Amino acid sequence: MTFMAKNSGLIINETLNHMRLVGISTLFGLMISVPLGILLSRRRRAAKYVLALVGTVQTIPGLVLLGFAMIVFGIGSKPAIVVLTLYAILPALRNTYTGITEVDPGCIESAKGIGMSNIQTLLKVELPLALPSIVGGLRMSVIYIISWATLAGLVGAGGLGDLIWTGLATYENNFILTGAILAAVMALASGALIGLLQNIMTPRGLKVRR
Amino acid sequence: MIQFENVCKRYGKATVIDDLSLTVEEGQFVVLIGPSGCGKTTTLKMINRLIEPDKGRIFVNGSDITRVNAVALRRTIGYVIQQIGLFPNMTVGQNISVVPKLLRYTNAQCDEITRSLLQLVDMDYDVYAHKYPSELSGGQQQRIGVLRALAASPPIVLMDEPFGALDPITREALQEEIKKIQRKLKKTIIFVTHDMDEALRLADTIVFMNGGRVVQIASPEEMLRNPKEDIIKNFMGKRISKVDYNSLLAADIMRASVLKVHKTKLTLECVDLMNRRQVNTLLVVDDDERFLGIVTIDDIKKHGRAGKEIGDLVSTETSVIGAGDSAKEAFERLVDSRSGYVVVKHPNDTVAGLITKTSMVKAMAEAMWGEQE
Ligand SMILES: Nc1ncnc2c1ncn2[C@@H]1O[C@H](COP(=O)(O)OP(=O)(O)OP(=O)(O)O)[C@@H](O)[C@H]1O
Ligand SMILES: [Mg+2]
Repeated sequence: MTFMAKNSGLIINETLNHMRLVGISTLFGLMISVPLGILLSRRRRAAKYVLALVGTVQTIPGLVLLGFAMIVFGIGSKPAIVVLTLYAILPALRNTYTGITEVDPGCIESAKGIGMSNIQTLLKVELPLALPSIVGGLRMSVIYIISWATLAGLVGAGGLGDLIWTGLATYENNFILTGAILAAVMALASGALIGLLQNIMTPRGLKVRR
Repeated sequence: MIQFENVCKRYGKATVIDDLSLTVEEGQFVVLIGPSGCGKTTTLKMINRLIEPDKGRIFVNGSDITRVNAVALRRTIGYVIQQIGLFPNMTVGQNISVVPKLLRYTNAQCDEITRSLLQLVDMDYDVYAHKYPSELSGGQQQRIGVLRALAASPPIVLMDEPFGALDPITREALQEEIKKIQRKLKKTIIFVTHDMDEALRLADTIVFMNGGRVVQIASPEEMLRNPKEDIIKNFMGKRISKVDYNSLLAADIMRASVLKVHKTKLTLECVDLMNRRQVNTLLVVDDDERFLGIVTIDDIKKHGRAGKEIGDLVSTETSVIGAGDSAKEAFERLVDSRSGYVVVKHPNDTVAGLITKTSMVKAMAEAMWGEQE
């Protein structure tokens, strides 16, 4: 307990820092993946290759990417945000794409047939129906990068990773535990929160079943 | 009015629509029918430009549809498909008013439209307007699909096997409703089906297609009477087998169960019999079952006395025809006869049956539409 009291300032600070890193990269990730997912749903042949490529990037170990990013962007939040954004893209992208491609073709044909323009079809039919899937992707992205963000401490971006690396360097188990537990709690909490959001965003007509 | 002028459509090397020319008059119910893959859907979708032809031109009310913006064109043409395609994220009311909303009608107008359209298919606004498609039965969903297509009062409605996925009873109910709606709102409807019964029931004009070409355009009656090619005959199936009107015989159009009495029967018994069987005429026969004549209830009232034999009252002024005579002949006799019936005799003069107006109509209906229930 004395540990907590003594380091509360630092812990709170790094927790907020972690949230900031995750928040910013999630936002960037969404800004890239949703439009890209929509675009890919219009270019299905190209989609296969793009999704495979993005999937490959995802398999590169975080440390390697982080190292590259550090070489390019130097020390600080910048390389961390770039790498985390990359990790945020795939789940959201894949879910946006499948969400849209799985909309009932009959709905889209009627939408077009009764005189909706492409944009109207997208906004009034495809996106609302794909929204639960997109938010599901967002949820995976967030949970993913909350854990990857612990690496960000290595490039001087701060966050809960800082506590862990400090603990590792000084054999101070309390630091390690605090960092790890807070990251886990954050992941669980945001997962639950976004799950709730997903439920709210699901159009009512998709929920009612006789 | 919709006109196709030498329209062709190819996919790769396959010619799907082959030099199609076709005119659909305003207010007509036109049914496109033909085997699977013959190009019905393609033809339909070229009208609202979901598919663009490779060659030829299509006119709606005289103007080339490629000159009109495709989206604007579609808002003036209703579209209903077999998969229904209601928007599951919208309520019934929102689904119906999608097109009016696109056309910037006010909320009040949209509501008014929804109300009056739901009324058209006997669905209560208060019960259904706020339900979601997933809460409706298949038949109800397709009713809403039809209403959605009608919402902005398009003069033309395209329907691609709209009732194909429904059970027979629901399908019949919707067929009746759409026919009623078409008459009431005076729509031009182009309706695709591969069900000949449906085509015969609904169409003013049937367009039979095969291999991307029109085989025959005719009214249902005309197509039944003179199907142009074997493939159409096959589509008609049993409906057509008896349609050789010229070979129909008097025996084919008569009612075989008739009330016969022996000439020695007494008048009071006969009156009693007629009362019980609810008829006003008896056929009187002799010992060998040969036809002698008829007696009506009026004859008995006028001339009958208790205890008298019925044979004394028979009138021989009846139209009589042989069972082997042609139905056409029987028809003429029936029209000429004052009594409203013609007695059919076997060659040995025994009674075969009776042709009445009812039996005549029934026989014609059977010849046209097959065995009736
Ligand atoms: N996008 C496409 N690419 C290639 N061929 C197509 C395409 N769309 C349709 N066809 C072909 O065109 C032909 C006509 O198709 P269409 O859908 O008009 O038939 P249909 O008469 O509606 O048949 P059905 O009764 O089975 O619905 C078919 O042979 C089909 O295989
Ligand atoms: Mg079809």
